[in-house]
Amino acid sequence: MKLSEKAEEILEALWIAVEEKGRGYLDIDSVGIAADDPAYAELTERAFIEVKSGSVYFRPEGKVEGRQTIRRHRLAERLMMDVLDIRGEDGDRKACQFEHLLNEGVDTKVCTMLNHPRTCPHGKEIPKGECCIEAERQGDMGVVPLTELKSNQEGEIAYIQTGDSKKMQKLMAMGVLPGNRILLLQTFPSYIFRVGFSEFAIDTQMAREIFVRR
Amino acid sequence: MAWFKKRQRSEDESRGVPAHRKVALVGNPNVGKSVLFNALTGAYVTVSNYPGTSVEVSRGSALLGEETFEICDTPGMYALLPITEEERVAREILLVEAPDLVVHVLDARNLERMLAMTLQLIEADLPVILVVNIMDEAERMGLAIDIPLLRERLGIPVIGAATARKRGVTEIREAISGYDGVHQTPFRYGRRMEQDIAAVAGELKGEYRLSAKSLALLLLQRDEEVELLVRTTEGEGASRIEALVKEKIFQRRESFHLDLSLERKEIVHDLLDGVIRLPDKRRETFASRLSRLTVRPLTGVPILFVVLYFGLYQFVGKFGAGTLVDLIESQLFVARFNPWIIDLSRRTIPWEVIRELFVGEYGVITLGVRYAVGIILPIVATFFIFFSLLEDSGYFPRLALLVDRLFKRIGLTGRAVIPIVLGFGCDTMATMVTRTLETVRERIIATLLLALAIPCSAQLGVILALLSKTPGALLVWSVCLLLIFIVIGFLAARLIPGETPLFYMELPPLRLPQFRNVLTKTYTRMQWYFMEILPLFILASVLLWLGKITGFFEKLITWMTPVMASIGLPKETAVAFIFGFFRRDYGAAGLYDLQAKGLMTPRQLVVAAVTLTLFIPCIAQFLIMKKERGMGVAVSIGVFVSLFAYGSGWFLNRLLLVTGILA
Repeated sequence: MKLSEKAEEILEALWIAVEEKGRGYLDIDSVGIAADDPAYAELTERAFIEVKSGSVYFRPEGKVEGRQTIRRHRLAERLMMDVLDIRGEDGDRKACQFEHLLNEGVDTKVCTMLNHPRTCPHGKEIPKGECCIEAERQGDMGVVPLTELKSNQEGEIAYIQTGDSKKMQKLMAMGVLPGNRILLLQTFPSYIFRVGFSEFAIDTQMAREIFVRR
Repeated sequence: MAWFKKRQRSEDESRGVPAHRKVALVGNPNVGKSVLFNALTGAYVTVSNYPGTSVEVSRGSALLGEETFEICDTPGMYALLPITEEERVAREILLVEAPDLVVHVLDARNLERMLAMTLQLIEADLPVILVVNIMDEAERMGLAIDIPLLRERLGIPVIGAATARKRGVTEIREAISGYDGVHQTPFRYGRRMEQDIAAVAGELKGEYRLSAKSLALLLLQRDEEVELLVRTTEGEGASRIEALVKEKIFQRRESFHLDLSLERKEIVHDLLDGVIRLPDKRRETFASRLSRLTVRPLTGVPILFVVLYFGLYQFVGKFGAGTLVDLIESQLFVARFNPWIIDLSRRTIPWEVIRELFVGEYGVITLGVRYAVGIILPIVATFFIFFSLLEDSGYFPRLALLVDRLFKRIGLTGRAVIPIVLGFGCDTMATMVTRTLETVRERIIATLLLALAIPCSAQLGVILALLSKTPGALLVWSVCLLLIFIVIGFLAARLIPGETPLFYMELPPLRLPQFRNVLTKTYTRMQWYFMEILPLFILASVLLWLGKITGFFEKLITWMTPVMASIGLPKETAVAFIFGFFRRDYGAAGLYDLQAKGLMTPRQLVVAAVTLTLFIPCIAQFLIMKKERGMGVAVSIGVFVSLFAYGSGWFLNRLLLVTGILA
C-alpha cells in the first residue's frame, strides 16, 4: 500500500537529517507535523521508523524507503524546473505535490527522460536509482548541460534550452549551434569554452542552458 | 574611448560634406573595422583588443582612386538582427542610410561562423565587399584560406587582409573604387524555408532599403524595429502581414531562429568546402598558454595583483604622481616658471587686480595652469598609457570573467569592469562608456558607483601623495572607500528593480600591444581630457579671483565654517571644497597645499580626503551623467552623493575621535 503524503514527508526530513546532516535521529518538533499525527503510527507499523522520547529513528527498511522518497522529491523538482519551467517557490510547491505520483515505475521513466540527473535544482544530490546505475554501467551519458562537463572535456552541442529568444540568438551568434563541437576549458569563476577558433566566457546560468552530447 | 571626439567629428562632417558615395564598414565585434577605418581615412578612432570598443558610428572621408568616399565605421554586430543597443545603431546605418557599398569585415580564424552574416548582407541585396581580416594570425595557426575560390563561390569581391599590419589595404581601396555593382545570390534555403519567406515577402508592397526576402526573414525573427517599419510603410496591408507572420512562426513553434541558423550553417559549410584547410593539430602558442594563466583563479588573481602593483602603484602612483609631478610641478612651475611669470607681470601689468587674476594666489596661470599641467597631466598621462596597454593586450575580457561572480553581487556583470577601471582614469569618460552595459539598471548602478566611490586618476594621485606621508591614513581612506563601494553597490542591487543580466563575452586572443597605437590612443585621450579640464580650471581661477576681490569668497568661507567644523575640519579646508566643486581633483590639490603648510592633523586629512573623494563629481561628469542617464537620474545621484559624502565625513570624524585611531 502507498504511504500517505505526510508519512513521506517525515521520511524525507528524517533522511536529510541522518544521511546529509549526519545526525543520528530527527527531533520530532522540527518536522512540522504534530507528534500525535497518525502518519507516525503508519510508519511505525511498517517498521520504517521508531519514535523514542520525541526523537525519530530509522529502522533499516525505513532507510531504503527514505532514499527512494527523497529521490522522487528531487526528481520532481528537476522535472518542474527543466521541463515545465516552473521555478522558484512555485516550483518547490508543485514539486511537493508531484512527487507523490512518482512511484511504481513512473520515477524511472522521469529519471530516464531527465537523463539521470545527479543534483536537484538546489544543488543537493539525488540518490541514484537502478536506472541510473544501469545507464552508468553502459557508459551512456546522453545529453547533459554544459555545467556537467569537466574542464578539457569536449562534446557536440545537442540543443539550447532557453525561454528567452534573445539569449538564444546571442548564443547562436557566438557559434553555439547544434552540431558544432564545443570544448570546455574552465568552469570557475566563469565557464570558458571554445567553438571553432574562438573562446567565450559565460556565467553558470547561461552554461546551464547549453546541452551537450559527450 | 574618444567617443566624444567621434561624435563631434561626425556632426561636422555631416554638415559640411557634399553627397559623396557612402561606404559602411560592418562586421562582428573585434574584427578590426576601426583599424580599417583609420587606414582608409587617415583619421584616428580608438581601437583596442576587446569587443565593443566602438559604441558609435564614426564618419570620415577617403580619397580612393579619384573619387572621395564617405566612410562610416559602425559598432560590431553579430547578425543583421540586433540584440544590443550598439548593434541597433549599426544596423540603423544599413536600414536607413542606404550606403552605396557595404564592406563586411570578418576574422579569418572564424570565417565559418562569421560568413553567415555575409549571407545575410547578400540576401538583403546590399552591395557587399568581403574583407577576410586577421589573415596573419590565421596563417600562424596553420589555417589556409583560398580567397579566389571564395570570391568565385560568393560572387562578390573578397580580399584577404591583415589591416593592423597594413596588409591588403591597397586592394581594399581598389575594390571600393572599382566596385562594379554586380553580384549574385548563389544560395537558397531549404524548400519549406523558401516558401515561408516567399509568402511573407510577396505581401510586402512598399519601398524598402533592404530586399523583401531579408525583411521577411527579419519579420519572421520578430524584429520589432522592422515590424514597426513595415507597419508604417504598408498601412492597410500591415495587419495581414502580421497575421501571416504569426501563423508561420506558430507553425514552427519556438524553433524559427534555430531552423534558420542551422540552414545558414549548412549553406556556409557547403560554400567553404575546399576553401578552408584546417591545421592537423591545434598549435598551442605562448599567448594562448599565458591566456590560460590569466583566467584561472589560482594564477589569475596573483597576475591581477602584479598588474595592479606595477601598473597602478609603481607606474601611475610612484612614477606619474611622484617623479613626474615633482619634476614638472615643483622643479618647473614653483621653482622656475612661476617666479619668472610673476616677475614679468610685475614689470608689465601696472594694475594689482589684473595681476592678481593671472599670477595671484588663485591666478589663472600660477594656479589653474600649474594644477592642470603640473599635477593632473602627468598622472592622467601615465594612467592612460597603462590603460591602453591593458586594452590592446586583450586583458580586459579576462579580467571581466574573473570578477563576474563578485560583480553580480552588486548588480553588475563582469562587463562593467571596463568602465569601472576606466573610472580610475577619468570618471567622465567612464560614465560615457557605461552605455556598453546591457540594461538600464546596470548603467544606473555603474553611474552611481562611478560618481560616488571611484576616484579618478588625478584625484587618486593627489590623494596618494597627500596621505602617504601619514601612516595609517591611506589605509583608513582605502578601507572607507572600498566599504562604501561594496555596501552601496550591494544596496543599489537590492533597491533598484530589475534583474542582473547574464554575462557572456568573447575572449580575443592575447596580443602584444602595438607601441604606436598605445601612443596615438593615449595622445587622443590626453587631448580630449585636456580640452575638457583646462577651461574648467581657468573658469575656476576666474571665479575664485572674482570671489576674492568682491569679498564674496571670504563670506562663503565664513558660511561654510560651521559645516566644516561639524565634520571636524579647519575653516581653511572650505577653500579646497569650493575648488572641489569644479573638479574633485582640483579640490584634492587644494588639500595638498594645506597639508604642505602643516595646517591639518592626520584625522582631519583623512576626513577631508574621504569626504572630497565621495563628493559631487566634477561638473563635466555631471553633464555627461545628465546626457547619458537623463536629468532625473543625474540630479538624484547628485543629491544622494552630496548628502552621503557629508554624512560619511561626519560619521568618520566621530568614529576616529571615539576610537582614537590616527590620534
